[in-house]
Order: sequence, then structure tokens, then C-alpha cells
Amino acid sequence: MARLSGWGRTTSSLCDDERVSATDAAAALASAGARGLLVRGSGCSYGDAALNTGGTALTLAPEDPTVHPHGVVVAGAGTSFETLLRTTLPTGWTLPVLPGTRHLTLGGAIAADVHGKNHLQDGSIAAWLDEVVLLDGAGRRWVTRPGDPEFAATVGGMGLTGMILGATLRLLPAEGTQLEVSNQRLPDLDQVMAALDVAARRSRYAVAWVDAFARGRGVVSEARWTGSPCRRSYAPAQHLVAPPVPLSVVTPLTARAFNAAWWRLPGHERTSVTTLTSFFHPLDGVRQWNRLYGPRGFLQYQFVVPDGAAHLVGDALGELTAAGGAPFLGVLKRFGDASEGLLSFPRPGWSLAVDLPPTPGLGAVLDGLDTRVAAAGGAVYLAKDARLSAELFEDMYPRVKEWRDVQTRLDPEGLFRSDLDRRLGLVRRA
Amino acid sequence: MRDGTGRWGRVLVLGGTSELGLAVVDALDLQPRAEVLLAGRDLDALAAAPLPDGVRRTCLHWDATSPGAAAAVTDAATQGGDLDLVVAAAGILGLGAHEDAGLAAEVLMTNTAGLIEALVTLAGRLRSQRHGTVVVLSSVAAVRPRRSNYVYGASKAGLDAFAQGLADDLHSTGVRVLVVRPGFVHGRMTAGLPAAPMATSPEDVGRAVRLALDRGRSTVWVPAALRWVAPVLTFVPRPIWRRLDL
Repeated sequence: MARLSGWGRTTSSLCDDERVSATDAAAALASAGARGLLVRGSGCSYGDAALNTGGTALTLAPEDPTVHPHGVVVAGAGTSFETLLRTTLPTGWTLPVLPGTRHLTLGGAIAADVHGKNHLQDGSIAAWLDEVVLLDGAGRRWVTRPGDPEFAATVGGMGLTGMILGATLRLLPAEGTQLEVSNQRLPDLDQVMAALDVAARRSRYAVAWVDAFARGRGVVSEARWTGSPCRRSYAPAQHLVAPPVPLSVVTPLTARAFNAAWWRLPGHERTSVTTLTSFFHPLDGVRQWNRLYGPRGFLQYQFVVPDGAAHLVGDALGELTAAGGAPFLGVLKRFGDASEGLLSFPRPGWSLAVDLPPTPGLGAVLDGLDTRVAAAGGAVYLAKDARLSAELFEDMYPRVKEWRDVQTRLDPEGLFRSDLDRRLGLVRRA
Repeated sequence: MRDGTGRWGRVLVLGGTSELGLAVVDALDLQPRAEVLLAGRDLDALAAAPLPDGVRRTCLHWDATSPGAAAAVTDAATQGGDLDLVVAAAGILGLGAHEDAGLAAEVLMTNTAGLIEALVTLAGRLRSQRHGTVVVLSSVAAVRPRRSNYVYGASKAGLDAFAQGLADDLHSTGVRVLVVRPGFVHGRMTAGLPAAPMATSPEDVGRAVRLALDRGRSTVWVPAALRWVAPVLTFVPRPIWRRLDL
């Protein structure tokens, strides 16, 4: 038994943690108890997606990935993005989707159908997968491909269709060694959104950081690869470790001050050349930065709304600060077409993510936002969520009915369970 | 399971018409569509018990005085999912029980035997789900029985001892136990009785329980000062104690 928690550390959970190699995976299926089994990656999901209280939380041992010269990598599910980059970059290829951390595993990335700062142009990871190898609840091994219902249920399926054992992922030519980043500092949310919309069409990578305390003023960053074509090793530096602290250092006061200082950073009105790590994974520079929120942890609220409901971005920022919350650096992204994943989060529109320490009354504010996001045809990201209600989940993910049909076929005995599944009623129960 | 903001999802109240049990539910931060399961003898009264808005109510038949009733209520309560919180609230005062053998037996069956049977059964489920909290409504009478209602005191002393043992037994299983020891609480049970010093209300008890749960306490006295007063009472010499009109 181990006490595990999500990256946000709001809930902790006692699970049987086991580490197995992909070859022993079938034996692990047989040993699942009454509380079921879940494969956990690196625990980068914020809420309860990677927890299975009272049951088994299995970790798959990483395997060495193989890069093929035509730009495809074959890797085990337990392989981290860091290992993937170490393998692909020296051969002149990079990963097509880079989420905000390099620590996540390939299996976790597939289960959450992750996206990066290039969603508008390149889509989520589903769009880059040629094959996903799955061991289902009945012990059958599937090699699923785009267009298969098993593929559509597994990519974004939160690990509940079976054990993702590995995948074949198409790569992106590493056009340069570094990134040319242009920043624009803008005084209010309307201008930030207008500039981000342009930036996301113009440059492959685009993102905006918004200050919820000051009408959503923010910094729009866009980036493209630059320098000579990349054929070099990947060695991200990491020297800082956040200490455990007895109280959250993020409070309404410090969040306001930090956001203001961030906005004023001199680099935020210039074009500069930077590394992959500092553009894509700035937070990875401090290990266990999540501990800075103290023992009570924090929530990340990320939602997407269609263009017609873009005002919900501003409403959310306003309501979160008005309710005495401490929204830390809001991250705004532009999303393009949805993938075929039946439970995938990204869909065309605007995505906002904010980190929030749990303050009194926060639950009610977020419930109100959930209702409006759902009514607008938007959704809350399951990989970040720790508190959505089962009813609104059904509204946000209307294809869950199709997903359940496939899921029940793949896991007829209901072996795969997670706390997210228990909370939202993802899996159909007899 | 409690969600990321600490809100409760499925709550079982043993003694679903109990004023204190309902006051605890009322004070809790519940998920918007939380399910509250009320277990008790009188299904009509359970259906009419006041619950916070938006909460889903499930009424379960359970007669604390009927041995063997625990299995059915446990099965029914755990069928719809994990239990996050169990509030052991069933209780009767049984005034005059020390002169009425039948009433004395009923007090012990309800306050002690029935609850212990249910909690033993439920603890097994909570242990296997590896999370959950049990709130046991004991009483200051468990610590120092009063001459006017010592059958009640005996029943609560038994329950209290059980709850302390249960807490130790469940330690490190992910399941927590909170023992609540209120003093005199104004309400249905004590209507018409002269109030004892440091009397409180069901709302006070609810608030104190919520705070103790959020802080991860294992014992809470209501009012808090009883924590210091009650041990002092146990040192009052018997000749004096029996002359006190309590």
C-alpha cells in the first residue's frame, strides 16, 4: 500500500502500487482485486484520474524507444516524454505534441489525449498516433489504429479501456535547435484574445498568460523553431527543488503580486531565442513545485468553450477573483478541430487553465462555471479535474454513450477502475 | 469520495431522524448532487426529515433494536457506490430507564448494541474501500454518568469505548473515526428538561463536527471547553457527585 495523490495534491489515496514490465502485464490483470486495477503513468494528472483508492495502481516499466528514420517512434507506455525527446532529438525529430511537462508518460498522454501550444495547427496526440497497443480487460491484445472504435475509446479514455502497452507515434522534423519566441504585452483580455487568435494562425506555437486580477491583461507568446536543423542531445537542467511548506505560498495577495510582476517582466515585449525546455516546460525547472501550495494542495481548472461562448473566459477570471480566489497565472490557448477520441477534451474554441488554491466558496463558483461551460457546449478537462459532478460530465462529453458501448466490450468484467471513474460514473455499472 | 475541494459525496446517517445527525449533515460541505442515505425505523419520518437543497435522499429501513439488521442496511448503503461518511446518530435518552427494565434494554439496544453491530459491519466495507470517515455521536455522559440518566450514560460509555477502539483498529487503513462528545444539547431529546450548564444547540454540534473533520481530529467536545471540564468532573468525589442535582 502506498499513499498516492494527483499532481494537485488535494486528495490522497491508498493504493496497492506495483511496477510491472509490459510482458508481465497479463499476469497483473489476473491479480486485480475487487477494487480493480488502473495503470498510472507519472502522476501528472492533477486530480483523481491516476488514483484507484483501495485497488491497484500499476506502473509500467519504461522501455527504450526506437526511432525509425522516416520519423516514427515506437515506444512502451511507461516511457516518459523526457526519454522520448532524448531519443528522438539527436536523430533530427521532435515530438509533435508537447504538454507543459516532460515528466508525463506516453501511456498517460494517450489516455488523456494531451494537447500542446500548437493545438490549432497540429491537433492533440491522437492525430499523430499510428497505432496503440492495448491489453483489454479480457486479456486480449489489440493493435488499434485511427478509425477503429477501440482506438477512439482508448485515446482520451482515461485508462479505462484496458492497459495501454505502447504506441507508434509520428514525429515532427526538428526544424531548429531553439525557439524564436515573440511576446506581446497587452492591457486587457479582449486585446489578448484578438492577438492570440492571430498568433495561433501565424505561428505553430501560441499561448497567452493572463492576469485575472487586472481585467485579463496578459502576454501573448508565439514561437517557431529556429537555428540549424536540430541534431543534438536533449539534456534539460534541473537544479531547484521546492521545499515542503506548512502553508500555501499562493494566496490572493501573493498571486496578485506575482501576476503583476510577471506582466512587467522586461522580456515580455521582445522577441528572443530560447530553449525547448524554457518555452515548453518552464515549470519543470523547479522539481515538485506543486508542494508550494502547502498541505492542502491546489486545483487546476481548465475548460474549453466554443468561439460563440468566448465571453466565459473573462467571466471565469472575474468570478474567480471576485470570490476571493487566488487564480495564479491563467493560461489561454486556441484550440482547433477535435480528435476522434470519444472522451477527448480539446474541441474548437478557447481553452483557459488556472491554478487555484482551495479557498472557501471556490466549489460553488466552479460549479456555476461548470454549468455555463456545459450549456455552451464546452467541457472541463478530465486530466485536471478533481471536482466536476457526474451530471454535468454527461453534458460536456455527449459521446460518452458511444464510449461506454466500446468500453463495456473491452472490459466486460469491469477490471479497470479509477477514482475519477467512481466520481463521474464513467464506466457503465450493472 | 470527498472531491478536490473537500466536499462529501455519499453520506449515511444511522438514525436518520436524529436531530444531531441531521444537524451534522446540514453543516457539511456537500457536493451539489450529494446522496444522503437516511437509515431508521420509520420510513415516513425519514422521508420527511429536513435535508439541504439539491441533495438526493435515500431512505433505508433499519431497526437498531433488531439484531442482525446491520447486514441488510450495509448492503443497501454500499450498493450505489463508496460511502464517504457514516454518522452514527441513533440514540434515545430513555428517561426513567433505571426504574424500567424494558426501557433500559431498549436504550442499550438502540444506543449501543444496534450501532455497534452496524458499525462493525460497515467498518469492514470502509476498510476495503480504503477511505471514509465514521462520526460517532457519543456524549459527555459517557465520561461521567449522572444519577438522573445513568442507563443512557452506560449506553454511551459502551459506544464511546467501541468508537475509540475502532479508531485505533482502523488507523492507517485510510478510514478515520471522529468521536463527538456533546454536553447538554437543546432539542427534541431534551425538551422539557432543565438545561445543564454549558448547554449547546444541534447547530453548534454540526459546526463543531465539520470543523473537526476538516482539521482531521479524532475527538471533539461540544462546547470545546468540555474537553477540560469533563475530566475535572471525573475527579469530583462520589459523596459530593451523588448529592449534586444533575
